[in-house]
Amino acid sequence: MTIAPNLAGAWRYRQFILSSIRAEIRARFTRSRLGGLWMIVHPLAQAAVFALVLAEVMGARLSGLSSDRFAYALYLLSGMLAWSLFSELVTRCLTLFIDNGNLLKKMPFPRICLPLIVTGSALLNNVLLLIAIIVVFAFSGHVPSVHLVWMPALMLLTLAVGLGVGLLVGVFNVFVRDVGQVVPVVLQFGFWLAPIAYTPDIVPPTLRRLLYLNPMTPIVRGYQDVMLFGRAPDAAGLAWLTVVALVLLGAALVLFRRATPEMVDVL
Amino acid sequence: MNEPILSVARLGKAYRSYKSEWLRMLSWFGVSVGYSTEHWALRDVSLGVAAGEAVGIVGQNGAGKSTLLKLIAGTLSPSEGEVRARGRIAAILELGMGFNPEFSGRQNALHATGLMGIARDEVAHAMPEIESFAEIGEYFDQPLRTYSSGMQMRVAFAVATAFRPEVLIVDEALSVGDAYFQHKSFGRIRQFKEKGTALLFVTHGLADIRALCDRVVLLDRGRMVREGAPDEVVDYYNAMIAEREKTTVAVEQIRLGDGWLRTRSGTGEATLAELTLTDADSNQELKSVRVGERIVLTARIRVHDSIPRLVLGYMLRDRVGNLVWGTNTWHTGQVVENLHAGETVEYTLCFTCNLGPGSYSFSPALVSTDTHLERNYEWTDNALVFEVINTDKQYFVGTNWLDAGFQIRRDGSH
Repeated sequence: MTIAPNLAGAWRYRQFILSSIRAEIRARFTRSRLGGLWMIVHPLAQAAVFALVLAEVMGARLSGLSSDRFAYALYLLSGMLAWSLFSELVTRCLTLFIDNGNLLKKMPFPRICLPLIVTGSALLNNVLLLIAIIVVFAFSGHVPSVHLVWMPALMLLTLAVGLGVGLLVGVFNVFVRDVGQVVPVVLQFGFWLAPIAYTPDIVPPTLRRLLYLNPMTPIVRGYQDVMLFGRAPDAAGLAWLTVVALVLLGAALVLFRRATPEMVDVL
Repeated sequence: MNEPILSVARLGKAYRSYKSEWLRMLSWFGVSVGYSTEHWALRDVSLGVAAGEAVGIVGQNGAGKSTLLKLIAGTLSPSEGEVRARGRIAAILELGMGFNPEFSGRQNALHATGLMGIARDEVAHAMPEIESFAEIGEYFDQPLRTYSSGMQMRVAFAVATAFRPEVLIVDEALSVGDAYFQHKSFGRIRQFKEKGTALLFVTHGLADIRALCDRVVLLDRGRMVREGAPDEVVDYYNAMIAEREKTTVAVEQIRLGDGWLRTRSGTGEATLAELTLTDADSNQELKSVRVGERIVLTARIRVHDSIPRLVLGYMLRDRVGNLVWGTNTWHTGQVVENLHAGETVEYTLCFTCNLGPGSYSFSPALVSTDTHLERNYEWTDNALVFEVINTDKQYFVGTNWLDAGFQIRRDGSH
């Protein structure tokens, strides 16, 4: 079957994948003044809001951070860089097959192309955001340390987790549409269940373990270590998470493969 | 018969529903869960299409035509049976799939051929051909959103048919754009066929089927009910539709000695007793008619049951089934009303035979209104077959005698 997900098949369709990614980027740039800047402005603005409300208005003091007045904003940005990649992958994959229903019904092509397109464009967005954040860091006097070399590995790990979760919920959503309503809510919880807007120290020790139920927690910590604290991430924790991510991604691919023949029937 | 390039064996597609969709997902992993209902959209269809052969698929909505095409194209997975093809299968199930409004025609051509799995260098090679076939001039490098819908269709068709596949599947896509472009699209499809592409297509235009297909398959409620020569199957299909709409006694088909197929259907309240063709002057019955001869077509109708209205319609068709002329007494305002059992009605139709040489047929229909769908008393395809011969006119071809004359004037002294 040509439509069954396999990477060899997808290679023949690389032209389509690349030009689809290009189409998405172009869609952002054309006919809007700031164009592609919007995808950087959004997370930056969100970080600014958090920084303003939590740090300035509510006067939250985050222990473990230096008294530098930018520290909290930079802390936020590091975590949000990880979270934005994860949540973009999950949200996009969630409705991926439903949105492309007509294409799936009318054109025979390897179905794996669709998540690959999402992966490509999400990754590209994230790299641009990373560059923007590094610039922001530089302005506030923070020069990135050598530990930034960990970044590609961290991104790949985020990608594996995000794609694994995204594909699972995306396939489920084709058959059970309630999933599409539940996932955004769960994502909201997920955001607050990771130490992005706060440091783990302010969480009561009894609840702290709860944070580690969230696979994004070790990743977010890793981003903060590499970006802000200038130290290597906790390798043991990440190794453990890599195993989890690979199992998750493998399970998602198996489900995707099994679901492919019947997916079009219910779209 | 050469080896079929496309073969479909006992193909079937079932749509199953489960008590819960989660149970459906469990079933993919070998857990045996019973489904609650099962609906076969298509079952037991076997078909072979040879290189260069065109097969049309007809049937009412829901007969399984699109399901069959999607199974062959590979977007649907069969529940049983298999599809085997030698070479590339291309499917035009909808024109312009994957097109992006922000891309130019050229970029869309690259994008959409990528979606067809065609390598970039091959596309680059074919690009001038795509551009010239679409004939939209400098618009080819403008964003697609600035196109008229006709222009979009032109590019879409040019892209979809840029590479000759071994098997081409077309669903209702041939009636695109203006008459000129339609003609051109037909030409390209014919060219593919001549070069050995096996064609498979669905259309509601029965005239297209007659013009392009070597064989027609009739699907009904997911089953293949008939397969054969276009005229045979299309006439049977027409009779079947009439039968669906109202109760028809039966549909019967006889192959006449000279190759014409007579299909008769109807409820039988009024039937054709006699249909003759005579010379208007001599009253002699005719089997062959001279071009330009005045002739009379006489139909005697016997009424077997009281009916409120009777309309007689004629269709005149040529050898390949093209409709040459047709009308009925509803359109001419000559409806006969309140008929009783035992009556006979005689209709005469007087005309000059301005037809070109060849074989033609009259198909009379006895109905109650302007179409045969309300009440179809009797419909007989090819009830009367006659030959038109050219004895006294200069040589000409075509189905029409135009009585045209050349005037030639030469100028200059060289």
